[in-house]
Amino acid sequence: MKGNPYLVAAYAVTWIIHITYLGTIVRRYARLKREIEELKRPGVRS
Amino acid sequence: MKKAFPIVGLLTAILLIYALYMALIGAPTERTMGDVQRIFYYHVPSALIGFELFFINFGASVLYLIKRNPVADIVALVTAEVGVVFLTVNLVTGPIWARPVWGIWWTWDMRLTSTLVLWLIYVSYLFLRRFSSSGETPLLAAALAVLGAMCVPFVYFSIWFFRTQHPQPVMGGGGSIDPRMLHVLLINWLAFSCFAFLVGWSRYRLETLQREVDHAHALQSLLDPRGSAR
Repeated sequence: MKGNPYLVAAYAVTWIIHITYLGTIVRRYARLKREIEELKRPGVRS
Repeated sequence: MKKAFPIVGLLTAILLIYALYMALIGAPTERTMGDVQRIFYYHVPSALIGFELFFINFGASVLYLIKRNPVADIVALVTAEVGVVFLTVNLVTGPIWARPVWGIWWTWDMRLTSTLVLWLIYVSYLFLRRFSSSGETPLLAAALAVLGAMCVPFVYFSIWFFRTQHPQPVMGGGGSIDPRMLHVLLINWLAFSCFAFLVGWSRYRLETLQREVDHAHALQSLLDPRGSAR
């Protein structure tokens, strides 16, 4: 297997798309965790 | 289920690394296209997994239309979102493969155009879910998903019914493939299916949590309207 630029581009772009999407999930999860902590704080009724 | 997540994650990572090794080194080099043909091992599984997820989305949407089951609604949302990600990979890797082989990035033939239309349908589904605040949104989205799923068989079989630039399908179609290449394709399909399952699982947990937090916020604003307005 030689370093074909199209092959490298296709594989790289695949993982960039998947990692970007995973990143959005992780970011949203972290934001939700913060919101849950806010809700649990004393004086905040939930 | 929560404890199984890291184990499944680790096994999926190992499988993905093995699939990548097989795609880049293990699979034989195609005689006419050369190494660029190896894009096939990412391009085809991405489309197949996208279609699978849209079919699950279809089932969940029908279930929601019949029973108004909130779990079915979450499954529909998650499968549409992950399905769009996989179809995006398919739509991006396709032109990267087409350029050195066909000499063009894109052509408006039936397979390519119908795949793009399918992608646009599910992107509009996600836009509807994201930006509509109506209580009827899940119902409207479910109806749209049922119509969207009708396009999936059309996209898959379009290369049978129309003369297109795109090659015949290697499975269930008129195309033929070296058994060693088919083996690598199946490994990549399995690896990416496990990956899609894990991503979908994470997204399902996130959505469930999001709905619980939204519910808590709504409850809080009912109990303490002044506090929630701050």
